[in-house]
Amino acid sequence: MTTAHPDVPAVAVDAPVLEVRDVHVNFAGRQGLIASIMGKTAPSARAVDGVDFSLAKGEIVALAGESGCGKTTLARAIMGIIKPEKGDVLHEGTSIRTGNIRDYRRRVQMVFQDPTAALNPRKTVYELVAEGLRVHKVPGNEEEQVASSLSRAGLRPPERFYLQYPHELSGGQRQRVVIAGALALDPEVIVADEPVSSLDASVRGEILKLLMDLRADLQISILVITHDLGLAWTIADRVVVMYLGRVVESGPTEDVLLRPMHPYTKALLDVVPEAGGTDRPILQGEPPDPTRIPDGCRFHLRCPVVASGRAAELGIEDRCRGEDLALRELGEGHLAACYEADLQYPQS
Amino acid sequence: MSVLEVKDLSVTYKTMAGDVPAVRGVDLRIDKGEVLGLAGESGCGKSTIAGALLRLHPSGTKIEGTAMLDGEDVLTMSPGRLRAVRWFGASIVFQGAMHAMNPVKRIGEQLAEPIIVHKQADEKQAKVRVGALLEQVGLPARRMEDYPHELSGGQKQRVMIAMALACGPSLVIADEPTTALDVMVQAQVLKLLKELQNDLGLAMLFITHDLSVLVEVSDRLAIMYAGKIIEEGPATSVFEDPQHPYTKALAAAFPAIGDERFRRAPSGLGGDPPDPMAIPSGCSFHPRCPSAFDDCSSVNPPLFVAGEGRRAACLLVEGAHAGAKETTA
Repeated sequence: MTTAHPDVPAVAVDAPVLEVRDVHVNFAGRQGLIASIMGKTAPSARAVDGVDFSLAKGEIVALAGESGCGKTTLARAIMGIIKPEKGDVLHEGTSIRTGNIRDYRRRVQMVFQDPTAALNPRKTVYELVAEGLRVHKVPGNEEEQVASSLSRAGLRPPERFYLQYPHELSGGQRQRVVIAGALALDPEVIVADEPVSSLDASVRGEILKLLMDLRADLQISILVITHDLGLAWTIADRVVVMYLGRVVESGPTEDVLLRPMHPYTKALLDVVPEAGGTDRPILQGEPPDPTRIPDGCRFHLRCPVVASGRAAELGIEDRCRGEDLALRELGEGHLAACYEADLQYPQS
Repeated sequence: MSVLEVKDLSVTYKTMAGDVPAVRGVDLRIDKGEVLGLAGESGCGKSTIAGALLRLHPSGTKIEGTAMLDGEDVLTMSPGRLRAVRWFGASIVFQGAMHAMNPVKRIGEQLAEPIIVHKQADEKQAKVRVGALLEQVGLPARRMEDYPHELSGGQKQRVMIAMALACGPSLVIADEPTTALDVMVQAQVLKLLKELQNDLGLAMLFITHDLSVLVEVSDRLAIMYAGKIIEEGPATSVFEDPQHPYTKALAAAFPAIGDERFRRAPSGLGGDPPDPMAIPSGCSFHPRCPSAFDDCSSVNPPLFVAGEGRRAACLLVEGAHAGAKETTA
């Protein structure tokens, strides 16, 4: 996905705020002592294995996939916490390798899954929100900035929360403090890794609503990492589905979730629990192992199209098993990496 | 005949800070071959109920009411009888299988333990039974030689299910059995649980905060809030047409993909679940309720009949308001 076809929604027209280009992140394998003396090396895990995508100004993108598919690793690479082996992350057209990383880290903020773990239990809410301002030596009145971020994040009146400690707050309030900490730095992008999965069901909606308000009022771009496609349906403009370190499908939310092209996306949609539906097909096997990425389409070992013999009928089975493939635009802004989809949705 | 019949169950934890009424008068009934789904947020008392049914609570906890399991009250039975009933009459599948197993014992030994302790078989027969149990949950019998760390999360949860079935209980309590699992594995485990429940005609109490999971596996649903059941009825009708505003909010947190009402419109409730030590007056949900009116802060609504086989504790249920006024007048 490059700027050649910026698949941006109606709310955004500008060039991407953030662009990920062919990013690869590998983790070294661990080997036992004896095996390493014997000269064996463990295979490294290709957690992110060539990912391209972009985030436009004011856009909300959901990055979905099973655990181990590399979505959190990709987020860390975007944040500059992990250095990719290959590829680049561009912020407004400038590589974060060459650009000012301090400024970048201020502009791109991360919200983690578990606010209880993300907040220092010994610091007050005021200190927690002010910390980023101090680290980044942001000019201006600190108290005003803390107060306005807290009330932006829905903690009103802000003064009431200044001296509270995280343990005195509910889970939803803690996540709001984390978000306030991010907002204090006036970010352009928020990367939210499973922002509501540790929260109670009834408060999740309020946090999601807050994220949508931030986009509407401040034009903040948001990358939400989630395993929950229902969440993607509620807030995302675009959905990016990852499998074993690669993007296998991406496009506008309605297209990806209602008219999925890739069998893996279909499988993910099939397992969304729903009333009276225990007899739907479920992919067997465990989440795949990034140290052993199969040849060909990396999904072919679990792919129902291959298993059912349909791939053989269509004459694509050899390619599914042996030829790696890239994403192709098969619909308006709708990309998929699947030989079957290629036949079904021929490119114009 | 009902396998489990709970009447007016109350559980109060004693803490340094004072009494915590975690469960406040709950009635439940599960028939043979039936799955009852119990939903609610953290702190609503759903896991306390699971613990109370097998008397797995800290000493000093006050439990009132009755819990008849196969016609015997679990809450008053002798410790010896209770030991026999655990595993044998009712068993629990806990959340987080990874922490529920002994890491230095082989899977087979752990599975055989309840069978041998309950004198269902000697060691040799137990081994055969363990192999059969593993195959029943979709694992090869040879995995009994493995240690827990050699299994994946989903496989461990399968072993926990096998363990729960080891002594042939009439009731299985599943407390958040799939919460720590990945989406695809969760679907596999749910399917397995449902199949086993069907094949063995088990009564099951399925507890989770995830309403969409519950609807899929349960015959009936009971929704808890602040230690009480506030709505119950057939699973699909409760989920698709909730009567209580809290159930409505909970159901909206699990939107169906493709439902235009939820597209770009996340909905949630303001506020947080109440502190069990400071439960609001009247209907405990009224401070967060979008449809609350004057009487809600003073009248504590009982469960009213709300459609066929359904009950809801809300004054907005048709005909409820007048009835409640009469009883309180």
